[in-house]
Amino acid sequence: MTSCVQCIEYLMVFIMIAAAVFAVEWRDLLAAVVGMAAVSLVASILFFFLQAPDVAMTEAAIGAAMSAAVFIFAIKRTQRYETEEEEKPGWWVRW
Amino acid sequence: MSIGVYYFGAVSLILIGLYAVLVKKNLLKILVGLSIMETGVNLLLISIGYIAGRSAPILSEGVGPNNAVDPIPQALVLTAIVIGVATTALALTVAINLYETYKTLNIEELRRLRG
Amino acid sequence: MVMKRALAILTILLIGYWIALALSHVPFGADKMLVGQYYLNHVKAQTGAVNAVTAVVVNYRGFDTLGEVTVLFIASTGVAALLWRKKRKRTAKTEGSVVLTTGSRLLFPFIVLFGGYIFIHGHLTPGGGFPGGATIATAFLMLYLAFSVYEIPHKGFEITEGLAGMGYVTVGLIGLAIGSYFLFDWIWQSWGWGHSNIGRLFSAGFIPVIYTIIGIKVGTELSGIVDSMVKEGGE
Repeated sequence: MTSCVQCIEYLMVFIMIAAAVFAVEWRDLLAAVVGMAAVSLVASILFFFLQAPDVAMTEAAIGAAMSAAVFIFAIKRTQRYETEEEEKPGWWVRW
Repeated sequence: MSIGVYYFGAVSLILIGLYAVLVKKNLLKILVGLSIMETGVNLLLISIGYIAGRSAPILSEGVGPNNAVDPIPQALVLTAIVIGVATTALALTVAINLYETYKTLNIEELRRLRG
Repeated sequence: MVMKRALAILTILLIGYWIALALSHVPFGADKMLVGQYYLNHVKAQTGAVNAVTAVVVNYRGFDTLGEVTVLFIASTGVAALLWRKKRKRTAKTEGSVVLTTGSRLLFPFIVLFGGYIFIHGHLTPGGGFPGGATIATAFLMLYLAFSVYEIPHKGFEITEGLAGMGYVTVGLIGLAIGSYFLFDWIWQSWGWGHSNIGRLFSAGFIPVIYTIIGIKVGTELSGIVDSMVKEGGE
């Protein structure tokens, strides 16, 4: 029973870190913001595991909806792609 | 020296965000990194306040004062999340104004344009 | 470029090692409560709230929360001031489809109702003013996304926000007049209302009042931020 719960915890933390790495490395800023929202969403599930339902609700409403929306409005008014000359994303996300 | 999986996840988020802040040149990407760092710090605070085997600090039937986790980090993080999105919006507003003035978000070009 | 990246990774590994070293003295899952245990022991008698997190946010640290709300107000005002233009309007080009507009029109009152439920029951269930206000702001965000010409009623929102801020300070000042300090819980400690029904809606002194105020304030301010960032300035 406990081992199963721990499996879910490990899986969630792994998904969260992977989403964070993608959010940092993706050149498309819109995709990066979606990765950031995924980090917030998984973090809210982890808050729920850590017996903090108040924080989980706040994080789900703010981190996954409001924060991503604010970023997307900013991207709409600026530019969508990172324009960094001669720098490619790291080899671990270049497929 | 072993740290739990929650500590590992939280510290990893902080370090990934710090990497974005140090290496990336796009202003919006730096703000994405700061946002990830903020999530990591919140997760670290909550996992420090967690006590194994206890339930959420809502004192209903079956949950006494000796059977609940620490409420203080949760109260601090609750407000910090909302403040975080408001300050992020303020920073994004500054970025929008910079883009409308200089037509770029690359911080090295912005630095070159100074003065 | 490679040099800079390697240097950054080295710095990050060093900082990570320091953090891990510090955290190895803070065991995960152990009982480390000092003040928290006091709050948990006395929360029902002193505040009447069942949810200890809400009691800490509104009652024990009410002044801190007033500061947080002020920071939120300043950030919202800053966004509006920095994005101020002569002529500002919505620039969405495509109309929402029939399904989207009808669905959001139907869902909007229920989302607002749910937000209100969250902040009114803040002392009983998880949630409270901050998530409730954020939920209300998401309802307005949905309207902005679904309708290409929608705008919030600015005048009403400004008045509501100002009244909510003044209401928070007024509740605190009444506490100062009746009791001994700012944000004294006069409904619970002086009047003694709701001592018999802890765990029901009409209990916990001024916590539901202040959390309703906070919810309205957070909702209007986050909606204002969304409004400022959606509209673009004309030529």
